[in-house]
Amino acid sequence: MPSADTRMNGSDSKRDNGDRQVTAGEPRGGLTVAVWATLKRDLTLLMRRRSEVLNPLVFFALVITLFPIGISPDPELLATIAPGLLWVAALLAALLSLDSLFRGDYEDGSLEQLLLTPQPLPMLGLAKVAVHWLLTGLPLALMAPVLGIMLALPAGSYLILAFSLALGTASLSLIGAIGAALTVGLSRGGVLLSLLVLPLYIPVLIFGAGAVQAAIMGDGAAAHLAILGALLALSLMLAPWAIAASLRISING
Amino acid sequence: MWAFINKLRSPKWFYAISERLLPWFWVAAAALILVGSVWGLAFAPADYQQGNSFRIIYVHVPAAFLAQSIFVSMAVCGLVYMVWKIKVADMVAAMMAPLGAAMTFISLFSGAVWGVPTWGTWWMWDARLTSMLILFFLYLGVIALRGAFASRDSASRAASVLAMVGVINIPIIKYSVDWWYTLHQPATFTVTGRVGMPMEMWVPLLIMVLGFYSFFIAVTLMRTRSEILRRESNKRWVRDLAGGER
Amino acid sequence: MAFESFNEFIAMGGHAPYVWAAWAATAALLVAIVLHARAERRQLLRSLQRRVRREQRLGVDQDEAAKVSHQSGGNRHDT
Repeated sequence: MPSADTRMNGSDSKRDNGDRQVTAGEPRGGLTVAVWATLKRDLTLLMRRRSEVLNPLVFFALVITLFPIGISPDPELLATIAPGLLWVAALLAALLSLDSLFRGDYEDGSLEQLLLTPQPLPMLGLAKVAVHWLLTGLPLALMAPVLGIMLALPAGSYLILAFSLALGTASLSLIGAIGAALTVGLSRGGVLLSLLVLPLYIPVLIFGAGAVQAAIMGDGAAAHLAILGALLALSLMLAPWAIAASLRISING
Repeated sequence: MWAFINKLRSPKWFYAISERLLPWFWVAAAALILVGSVWGLAFAPADYQQGNSFRIIYVHVPAAFLAQSIFVSMAVCGLVYMVWKIKVADMVAAMMAPLGAAMTFISLFSGAVWGVPTWGTWWMWDARLTSMLILFFLYLGVIALRGAFASRDSASRAASVLAMVGVINIPIIKYSVDWWYTLHQPATFTVTGRVGMPMEMWVPLLIMVLGFYSFFIAVTLMRTRSEILRRESNKRWVRDLAGGER
Repeated sequence: MAFESFNEFIAMGGHAPYVWAAWAATAALLVAIVLHARAERRQLLRSLQRRVRREQRLGVDQDEAAKVSHQSGGNRHDT
């Protein structure tokens, strides 16, 4: 497999205040090898930090618990607001886990190493985001139906709930990673991250919650899911480049 | 054309030319806003449905229009800065952001005030106001991000990236919120945007929009000039200027 | 004229508080923006003047000062 074009990263580095490209000779594998290696590495690291994987899930459950307590336990009322509540809580849980997406690597210097590899940074960033989604977004999506029961979510919408969340959290991971990359070098980046990312989350929220509501009404959620898919496609196309550019800014800053 | 762009690379040139342009924009802004205000407040006919509260449109719409175009301008400046490394573009973008946020706020406030006689409530989650609110948060994000970096170059690049990401999202957000609103409020009562507004109503509106635009350009030019002085304070021409000026 | 008298104009057909609140807030903000921009400029010029005067007193050669910061600051454009 021919190795990735080293010039691709070289032209990027022209904007990094003249950072010289440092490679240890010819890379011994291509893009696939690098992406796979990144995937495996991040998976392994994240699996070692079990609490980081579980925290968003516990947060999700806790927040859902707060609402009946804070509002009313009346199942009829809860049923009407359940789709939105589930989606907002899952969104916030996903947001919470974003801060640690790049921070660990930033602090121990491996992020800088990642920038120096000859492989295109957008692809490697995409690999990291994929791991994040696998271990955050997907579990949230799978757990949501259980919490839906607690909120008296009407029947016929549970599958759509899980599917819309799975689809939506993928976009949320991608968009959120841009914010995480921009703020990884800042000392109090966490709060700023939320401010940056939440407005961008709103379209996903609208169509995600809308899908569940449509399923409840019996209208069919196909249109909403299609738009969620389109948003994901757009994010997949554009976010990796923004993530890479943001990582370079944060490292060089 | 390229000669012009290359001239733009020089903050000193920008400083000189803006000095000549600035008075014109101030005069235009003052004249247009004055004429538009008097016309809209006293001479334009009242709306048959909303009565005189309709006149709020003459500040609400120009502010909303500017709020959106300033964000787009900010993103364009960000792109110019990232691609061609023109410092002045970044300075302009930095100075535009707070003004854009102020315009968004005016739009929100006037929209809310307008809502009281129209809908009987201070706040209404209609498509326009909700989109404006989200835009306001986007502005705050760009301003906060720019301020969070210690290195000016990183701050400029980060703000440019965020502005560009934001500008791509603005139409997506607008579409989503529009769709969401029509779904939840079948009675589509848009506050403005009536097709076929009579000329006596939209001419003063146009004048106000142009006036606000001139105001925005004037303020931005003025503040960019200050920013040039700030950033180039080590240069000889700035020092000479400071020595000579009052 | 859309109004019969000045009093009617102020009253705005009962919508006075809303129309005038919106316009007053807008006017106040626009004025505040202008004042802030002017104050910013004045402050900047003043601190620049102080700095130039201080350096002249210390006998710093202006050309040398500019050259030094040009080299270290990395500002590529100087015209």
